[in-house]
Amino acid sequence: MGAFTEWFNERAPGLGAVYKKHMTEYYAPKNFNVMYYFGSFALLVLVNQIVTGIFLTMFYTPTAAGAFDSVQYIMRDVNWGWLVRYMHTTGASMFFIVVYLHMFRGLMYGSFKKPRELVWLLGMLIFLVLMAEAFMGYVLPWGNMSFWGAKVIITLFSAVPWFGHTLVTWIMGTFVPGDPTLNRFFALHVVALPLVLLMLVVLHLGALHEVGSNNPDGIEIKQHKGHDGHPLDGIPFHPYYTLKDLAGVGVFLIICAVIIFFAPSVGGFFLEHDNSIPANDLVTPATIKPVWYFSPFYAILRMIPSKGLGVLALAASIVVLFLVPWLDRGRVKSIRYRGLAYKIALAIFAIVFFLLGCIGADLTPGWIVGIFGPNADITTIENLFGRILVILYFAFFAFVWVYTFFGFERTKPVPERVITHA
Amino acid sequence: MHDKTFRASVRILAAALLAMLVAFAAAPSALAEEGGYPNANVNVHDQGSLQRGARLFMNYCVGCHSLKYMRYSQMAEGLGLTEQQVMENLNFTGAKFGEPIISAMPEADAEKWLGKAPPDLSLEVSARGADWVAAYLKSFYLDPSTASGWNNTVFPNVAMPFPLWQLQGEQVPVMSPAEKGQPATIEELKLAHPGSMTPAQYDRAVRDLTAFLTFVSSPDELVRSRMGAWVVIYLVLFTLFALVLKKEYWKDVH
Repeated sequence: MGAFTEWFNERAPGLGAVYKKHMTEYYAPKNFNVMYYFGSFALLVLVNQIVTGIFLTMFYTPTAAGAFDSVQYIMRDVNWGWLVRYMHTTGASMFFIVVYLHMFRGLMYGSFKKPRELVWLLGMLIFLVLMAEAFMGYVLPWGNMSFWGAKVIITLFSAVPWFGHTLVTWIMGTFVPGDPTLNRFFALHVVALPLVLLMLVVLHLGALHEVGSNNPDGIEIKQHKGHDGHPLDGIPFHPYYTLKDLAGVGVFLIICAVIIFFAPSVGGFFLEHDNSIPANDLVTPATIKPVWYFSPFYAILRMIPSKGLGVLALAASIVVLFLVPWLDRGRVKSIRYRGLAYKIALAIFAIVFFLLGCIGADLTPGWIVGIFGPNADITTIENLFGRILVILYFAFFAFVWVYTFFGFERTKPVPERVITHA
Repeated sequence: MHDKTFRASVRILAAALLAMLVAFAAAPSALAEEGGYPNANVNVHDQGSLQRGARLFMNYCVGCHSLKYMRYSQMAEGLGLTEQQVMENLNFTGAKFGEPIISAMPEADAEKWLGKAPPDLSLEVSARGADWVAAYLKSFYLDPSTASGWNNTVFPNVAMPFPLWQLQGEQVPVMSPAEKGQPATIEELKLAHPGSMTPAQYDRAVRDLTAFLTFVSSPDELVRSRMGAWVVIYLVLFTLFALVLKKEYWKDVH
């Protein structure tokens, strides 16, 4: 041990132990597959958002009169400003791609099941805060889609009975989104929500490291320990997974770099065309739609004919995800050994989520014209198609409960030890 | 056995995910086609095209439209021109080299004369797309029913009179036979009086002007694409080294 390490450990004996607990002596299953990269990627993107966000904050002006100009100032006059902003905007979208895949991994391998229910709940809270963080960040450039998006989304709260309209005014701080809205969204986006997000991430990881990671076989590796007391199927997170993740990060960064340098707006998906027009409360964009990562949930809202019920369905579509650990009663965790119907249901669920996203992103009118000809009744067909999808979305959760609660599931035998494909 | 089924199911899921990614990647291009405007074919890396576009803009557009987010000095840098070249040939308002490109027309007067102040065009291509801009500039036609005498098929009843008419000439609409109960629609535009340019020359002029506006919308694109290749090459090397390192450490994991 070096003299410095010795000096350090005498004065802060706890820090070395924390490092060991979470890195060199955190034993992770050795059979992680490609689905297990996304947690690390999410952490990386979070750091990217904080660092690039700090630099953007130095040059951004949070006023209705100055916000739009200051973003162009960052893009054109600030050295490397365009790079920092594109890293931030691309990071926002990549955050959701990575988080959606991370959540899907959880559904595939039953990572939410006992004893990891708290890990799942904390993860869902992260997802919820992330949505608020992304929404408020999207408002800050004060383009026309920022403005109208803010107006539409905040107005959803008017569906709350009794004091809905008062609530909307309270959130906006005014009667149409303006300076007060921008100021508070800036405060929340830059200070409050990142703090909450960081705290939740620490708790999410803390809860995970207490019970240990799940794996593609859905086996508890702690049930088979060697003479040294370490799981036989486990390997220290550092250096094994730090290095594996480093290689994964390389691939991930290549994808990000291609987007940032060659197509930062991704055809209007990561950065929307209408946001190149300054906020204008007199000119409504042709179609008001949220950024792509909200589009599945936005579609659920749009497909319900009544506003109150729509908002309720929107809320339910997220709340139901919180309940997954208690809806899915199956004992077998991994999709490898679960019944065929679960595999099919999960695949359908993923496709439904994607198609709802296409509706929310307003891609379907073009498809309908393509399939049914130019005289097709777009609204009727879209509503029919969309409502079936909304039903299928919720049906997944109902099915999983019935399938597992009443014991319909025919599972395969789960192996004693993990299977690797190295 | 379960191993095989597992691999099959992973492959199915991976294929589904891949299909989704491809669909997402293909969606923007599908959308672009949906706009129905022909590809503007702009190349912002063609400096000659940008320079010709800038000259057209300074001769025909800047009288009414500003580019308030673009400085003359930044334009010089992007177009590969010297300060002297820009100040003598492309700056007609007396602005300093470091100042933004602002139209000499007072906004209040513009509103009085045209009914609507001409919009700033700094972000026009970002907002509407290069294809739209090019199609718009080719779609003016004579229409005695409007205040300016001009109309546009891409932007019906636009307030702007057609400033490039001496170049393109005057187009008139060819109407399709009206169906019962339906108003007649414009089938195509026909060149009634040719301008100083041939249609091919005018197409090239529009392409240059659109390329210039594309550059003005995102001047970073010139730096980005040059730098991006190096960043990706570096990251590929980084990933290869990381992979070798990982393999070395993982040798003892069975």
